[in-house]
Amino acid sequence: MADLALQQQLDPVNPPLVLGERDYHGITKDVAQIGEGKTPKQWYIAIGITASITGILGLMLLYLVVNGIGVWGNNSPVGWAWDITNFVFWIGIGHAGTLISAILFLFRQKWRTSINRAAEAMTLFAVACAAIYPLFHTGRPWRAVYWLFPFPNPALDMWQNFRSPLMWDVFAVSTYGTVSALFWFVGLIPDLATLRDRAIANNDKLRSYIFGTLSLGWRGSAKAWKHYELAYMILAGLSTPLVLSVHTIVSFDFATSILPGWHTTIFPPYFVAGAIFSGFAMVMTLMVISRWALNLQHLITMKHLENMNKIMLATGTVVGYAYATEMFIAYYSGNMYERFAFYNRAFGPYWWAYWTMVSCNVLVPQIFWFKKLRLNIPVMFVASLLINVGMWFERFVIIATSLHRDYLPGSWGYFRPTPVDMLTFFGTFGLFLTLFLAFVRFLPMIAISEVKGIMPHGKAHAAHSEVAH
Amino acid sequence: MSSVDPTLVQLSPNSEPRKYWRSLDELANTPKFRDWLHREFPESASELVDDKSRRTMLKLMAASFGLAGLTACRRPEQKILPQSKGIEDYIPGKPQFYATAYTQGGVASGLLVECHDGRPTKIEGNPRHGYSLGSASAFAQASLLNLYDPDRAKYPMKEGVRMKWDDFTVFAQPHFAGLGQGQDLRFLVEPSSSPSLAAVKQHALSKYPGAKWIEYEPLNRDEAIAGAQIAFGQPLEVHHQFEKAEVILSLDFDFLGLDSPTILPVKQFSNARRVESKEDHMSRLYVVEPSYTVTGGMADHRLRSRAADVRTVAAELLKQLGGLTVLNGATTPHGRWIAAAAKDLKAHAGKSLVVAGPRQPAAVHALVALINQQLGNLGQTVTYTKVADGWRPQLEQLKELAADLAAGRVKTLVILGGNPVYTAPTDLALADKFKQVPVSILLSEQDNETAAVVKWALPETHYLETWGDALAADGTPTVQQPMIEPLYEGKSKSELLALLTGYKDKRPYDIVRNQWFASLPGDKEKAWRKALHDGIVESAPKAAPVSATPNAQKVSEAFAALKPAGQGTEVNFFASAGAYDGRFSNNAWMQEAPEPMTKLTWDNAALLSPATAKQLGVESGDLLEIAVGGAKTPMPALIQPGHADNSISISLGYGRTRVGRVGNGVGHNAGAVRTSDAFWFGSGSVAKTGRKYPLSHTQEHFSMEGRPIVREATLEHFHHHPDFAKHAVHVPKLFSLYDEHTYEKGAQWGMVIDLNTCIGCNACVVACQSENNIPVVGKDQVARGREMHWIRLDRYYSNDPNDPQVVTHPMACQQCESAPCEVVCPVAATVHSPEGLNEMAYNRCVGTRYCANNCPYKVRRFNFLEYHKDITEVGKMAHNPDVSVRMRGVMEKCNYCVQRIQEARIAAKADGRRPIRDGEVKTACMQTCPADAIVFGNINDPESRISKLRKQDANYGVLEELNTRPRTTYLAKLRNPNPELA
Amino acid sequence: MSTAVVKDPQLYGVIGNFDSPDDLLDAVRAARAEGYTKMDAFTPFPIHGIDEAMGEKRSPLGYIVLCCGSVGLLGAFLLQWWTGSVAYPLVIGGKPLFSVEPSIPIMFELTVLLSAFGTVLGMFHLNRLPTFYHSAFNYSKFGGATDDRFLLVIERTDPLFHPEKTVALLDSAGSRHTELVEA
Repeated sequence: MADLALQQQLDPVNPPLVLGERDYHGITKDVAQIGEGKTPKQWYIAIGITASITGILGLMLLYLVVNGIGVWGNNSPVGWAWDITNFVFWIGIGHAGTLISAILFLFRQKWRTSINRAAEAMTLFAVACAAIYPLFHTGRPWRAVYWLFPFPNPALDMWQNFRSPLMWDVFAVSTYGTVSALFWFVGLIPDLATLRDRAIANNDKLRSYIFGTLSLGWRGSAKAWKHYELAYMILAGLSTPLVLSVHTIVSFDFATSILPGWHTTIFPPYFVAGAIFSGFAMVMTLMVISRWALNLQHLITMKHLENMNKIMLATGTVVGYAYATEMFIAYYSGNMYERFAFYNRAFGPYWWAYWTMVSCNVLVPQIFWFKKLRLNIPVMFVASLLINVGMWFERFVIIATSLHRDYLPGSWGYFRPTPVDMLTFFGTFGLFLTLFLAFVRFLPMIAISEVKGIMPHGKAHAAHSEVAH
Repeated sequence: MSSVDPTLVQLSPNSEPRKYWRSLDELANTPKFRDWLHREFPESASELVDDKSRRTMLKLMAASFGLAGLTACRRPEQKILPQSKGIEDYIPGKPQFYATAYTQGGVASGLLVECHDGRPTKIEGNPRHGYSLGSASAFAQASLLNLYDPDRAKYPMKEGVRMKWDDFTVFAQPHFAGLGQGQDLRFLVEPSSSPSLAAVKQHALSKYPGAKWIEYEPLNRDEAIAGAQIAFGQPLEVHHQFEKAEVILSLDFDFLGLDSPTILPVKQFSNARRVESKEDHMSRLYVVEPSYTVTGGMADHRLRSRAADVRTVAAELLKQLGGLTVLNGATTPHGRWIAAAAKDLKAHAGKSLVVAGPRQPAAVHALVALINQQLGNLGQTVTYTKVADGWRPQLEQLKELAADLAAGRVKTLVILGGNPVYTAPTDLALADKFKQVPVSILLSEQDNETAAVVKWALPETHYLETWGDALAADGTPTVQQPMIEPLYEGKSKSELLALLTGYKDKRPYDIVRNQWFASLPGDKEKAWRKALHDGIVESAPKAAPVSATPNAQKVSEAFAALKPAGQGTEVNFFASAGAYDGRFSNNAWMQEAPEPMTKLTWDNAALLSPATAKQLGVESGDLLEIAVGGAKTPMPALIQPGHADNSISISLGYGRTRVGRVGNGVGHNAGAVRTSDAFWFGSGSVAKTGRKYPLSHTQEHFSMEGRPIVREATLEHFHHHPDFAKHAVHVPKLFSLYDEHTYEKGAQWGMVIDLNTCIGCNACVVACQSENNIPVVGKDQVARGREMHWIRLDRYYSNDPNDPQVVTHPMACQQCESAPCEVVCPVAATVHSPEGLNEMAYNRCVGTRYCANNCPYKVRRFNFLEYHKDITEVGKMAHNPDVSVRMRGVMEKCNYCVQRIQEARIAAKADGRRPIRDGEVKTACMQTCPADAIVFGNINDPESRISKLRKQDANYGVLEELNTRPRTTYLAKLRNPNPELA
Repeated sequence: MSTAVVKDPQLYGVIGNFDSPDDLLDAVRAARAEGYTKMDAFTPFPIHGIDEAMGEKRSPLGYIVLCCGSVGLLGAFLLQWWTGSVAYPLVIGGKPLFSVEPSIPIMFELTVLLSAFGTVLGMFHLNRLPTFYHSAFNYSKFGGATDDRFLLVIERTDPLFHPEKTVALLDSAGSRHTELVEA
């Protein structure tokens, strides 16, 4: 099977990023064909399932809007629970996309090219899922127009409170969403042009109109490439601090509060590391599936996967270090509330959540010290899933266990999720996967022009005969 | 004099309510109605969460907010006088206060009722009334909701069929005319001190000399009176001067709580306990009791003891005091404790006080009389007054009635008030006996269990709907003025009795007025108006103290005759802090008001000590079966640290089957195992059913975890270190990154709560709920931690987990000057007012709940569901129009009753733009606090009381070290233990 | 190697078709050596060094972005200052009406946001996107330009442009299919 072939071709020292005797045209064909060929039945089945899960999400949100936030398990003192947990979870996942694209691009990490497109798409879809929560956790999303964007409240003529980390969040998340979308689209333009021209060649009217419009008449002229490359570089340059700022600001929601367990200066780096960690885990999950489902083993090579595993090992360890630091500082602060908050995390009513988090996020990635395991697809797949579970629990632990027992024991409580909580969260996965399936079906999930850019030019000569037709 | 708006007076009492009722009746049965409830009531929200909660909430909302269709509220026909100015210059929207009276256990408390446009909205104590002094108990305040109870008895029913009053009179007049001497006529009446009712009673009994007048109340003070009968040879009512007493020993007497019909003991006690300077002294309280009561919570030394063992403590105490020895053989393990107490009491002879509770048998009360005589307290801290002639123990009377009923000697039974079928001892089996009576007539506010077994069930007026009078404990006549014309077709007791027996006056107003008018001095009309205005008839003579010496011989005989404590587990019966004896079962405010010790809502439970629980292998939430004699009842277990071992306490008033949407099926009926032998306590048995029963608490964690929240010290330590509270925690030098806002200009509001006098009685909770339109959320929502009370009473245990001390910590918004909640609100929905209030802009709030998360005191309350949706006209009548009703998704919290501040500001402005005077603004909690533990005022005014309190050494802010700068501060808790027992 | 000679003033230019980036670069250099100036290339991916070869100037995009970014930064600052301390002053948490520290996050975000818009719209503008018609599309094998072919056009507006000579130049440079393309 393909993987075996890969293992043989794998040059342990500096393996090529594109395998097999592929030339430019071959690349174009491989990627473009996914969308041009007849839609396979499996795809319909898959999207059918995910779409109906999305339907559940819709129903749950409707139910919430009609009845109020009380249909979730939130209470006093646990004002935020699964809602914000899921928000941070999805935003975190949304990080790998832009990060892979932007930072790896700036560092001239050529291996990014075959995964960045899908990763960016994943970012957008994750951000879409995340955005649901801040909007709906008020129970009255229509009120959100008052605060999402700074325009005066007609009733009271008041303005937002720009001191509030939530306000920063609004700006950070919407900026992140917008910039990621722009970055993604700009990256798509040349490939859209490719699809356009193939559609014209196959005189497929519909596709040629669609892609003709989307590609904005891109011609790949050298003059255009000049501006284009600079634009892409600048976007990458903007996205890099942006991606770091987003989770930093998300972490401010907690860090700037006075709640023991939230009020921690370590949060920004800790959250960013966690975000990259979970983001890569999610990319890994999706890549392993799609390279298998779409036979892209020669484009998404073992080197890509191994590099991602290395990053997960690194970020996972950073996260573990953060856990340890938190504990130590809580002890070292000598502050009884701080000490209790962290003791309560590990040994309080939510101990199970804490230890799930630790084992999934700190222990699991340690297996990637071993090259054998770094190169073992099933292992990395399971690991990536576990890591996402662990990262969800990290957010839950931070939010719920800090809230449920704070300063005055008289107001302590306990949070239990309701079926609505669970189905809503379940539904967001439906939305995420539906969007991703639509993406792989209709758009080039690999950056054609960029992959060509990193190929050894000699390959081109294999293409003489192509000219004839 | 206030003349009533004529257009309103025109409304006939007969046409309106009927139309209203019919429409409701239809409403209640249409699928549309059910659909409406199902669709729009908030609990439909929690369907997915829990279907049961839907029904509970439904009942509750409907009851708390009443039914659709009632038209405008009406003023009473007769003329009444407002406390403030009259109707002449009545300003629409400006509330008026009228004096009236609330009666519990036949004892009157004077009230002032706030009326908005002719509808009562808030109940406060009458400052002119000697037994209220401006405060009102939680019960008195919540009785407002009984007025708007949608399930009230509304019109005459004959065997379940709706009738008109005319139908009843058509039947009744010939029937009563034909009763002759009335040998087979019986009146079963809720005890009342109403002189006007007594007059009608006299008339009735003179007309039917053969008839019998039976008085019965499930929670009465008969044992105390009987005790006086033993000691002094005559039935006497006992009065205590807790203010004068420097050492108090209470034998199973919850005088600060449910055993006192008025709040006066709290006022007196807290005055004797208040410590404002290191020179001040405070009285010392010893408590001997089986269950943990509010009084026990205030004790400096508390001895947990089975109710049946209290007598031995009393006897041992008398012995230690050098009195006669009545203990034959019986010994108590608490010798040292009692000796110390005895020594202490003796040291304060004449200034000490020993009291016994209504649960204790007469002999113990008699013994206590001896003890007080021994201590020279008689006439000092204890006085006795005569009770009405012909007093007999109610239980005795009731047994006699039961016998008559069984023997078929009763042909006509008239029940005036009460709910004997539910409240009478089970062994009397009154329900079946009532069914046998040919003509049985019930007058009751509730459509209750008794109404189900009588021929005629007639609606009784709520006390705010009719004229009446009652005597305060010292005999002060208290006038009961109506605030509103009867909402339904009710009649008062005396009104009905007058109708049945052809009394000279028919209208309640005439009955009451003529009762007093003649005796009034001087210009009678003027005096009468003054009486209405003040709520009391000052000219009337007070009951004179009886000076008598107890007869030791009789007492020891009676003591010897006491039936010994039985084997097995002791079962104690208590009034419940929520439903009392069942009269508040359908009152959502009281159902949700947490029980002061257990913080249990919407239920009663079998309280038992950790040791007993261990021994029985029981844990909280296990459903037990309690058996006394032959009777059995299920009851969930709830472990109560500090409870006496081998004893359980269950409270009455729950497990109602016919009371209304709120009360039906809430809790379990303790009355089912209350027999005439074991009326207050008796030996029974406890078995596990193996089933669980969910209990909803508003507080789940009772340990302070060693945190400096409630700061407590002994009086002695306080004398040496008056500022101990300030050093309970290290507050570092606090500074801010910014140049901070200074609150120097104008009035700056603040609050001081004296933890030393707060007894945790819930009066403030109910006051706040009533003043601020705070919704009731129901058992399920409470279980989810979504109760809405703006002020909560946190309760913490300290010391020995088996026999802990408790402290109560009133917690409402602290109005922090640097409020953490404000900074995090993205929409600036909570901001600071120039006067230092942490204000909520409800219509700006979008409900992120970030403020609540960032509040270290967790005092913010979120409308998780539409707790207020579809409030009907009747429901709105209970609302305070000065406070907006919050919709779902909105955060709310205490705002120092900002509406009252505004009102005072307007008044001050109208009054020549003067500044607001100290004490002019009283928050609802401060206004009603029986212990005067809450002081609110302007901290910028150095002369104000609050400024002085804040300067005290014992003053501290909770979590000050967080630099939140709370405006609400606390005075540290003090205890005054006996050094010998320390 | 058919070379259509069209005597039509409405010419766009001559397009040559090369196998690889290197061939294309050689062709460009050759053309420049001849003295041609008005030329452009169409390639599936950016070819490094081609700008220098064609003597292209640096892209001015950076300045556009700088302006937009500054507007974002300043705008965010003014927004927070004006709303907080002029339009509707409120005491919040006892803090001053406006202070820089809590304003930084939003200032940063808006800077990035407007810069990004500047970048993309600026690039669209410089590349005249969208343009759905372009003469280059008239080249019979233009499709290759987004796949695996490397096209070089020498425009008619070039002073040295000559139907035969120019075509010959490109053929000699190794063009696989040279064509005169209509405007």
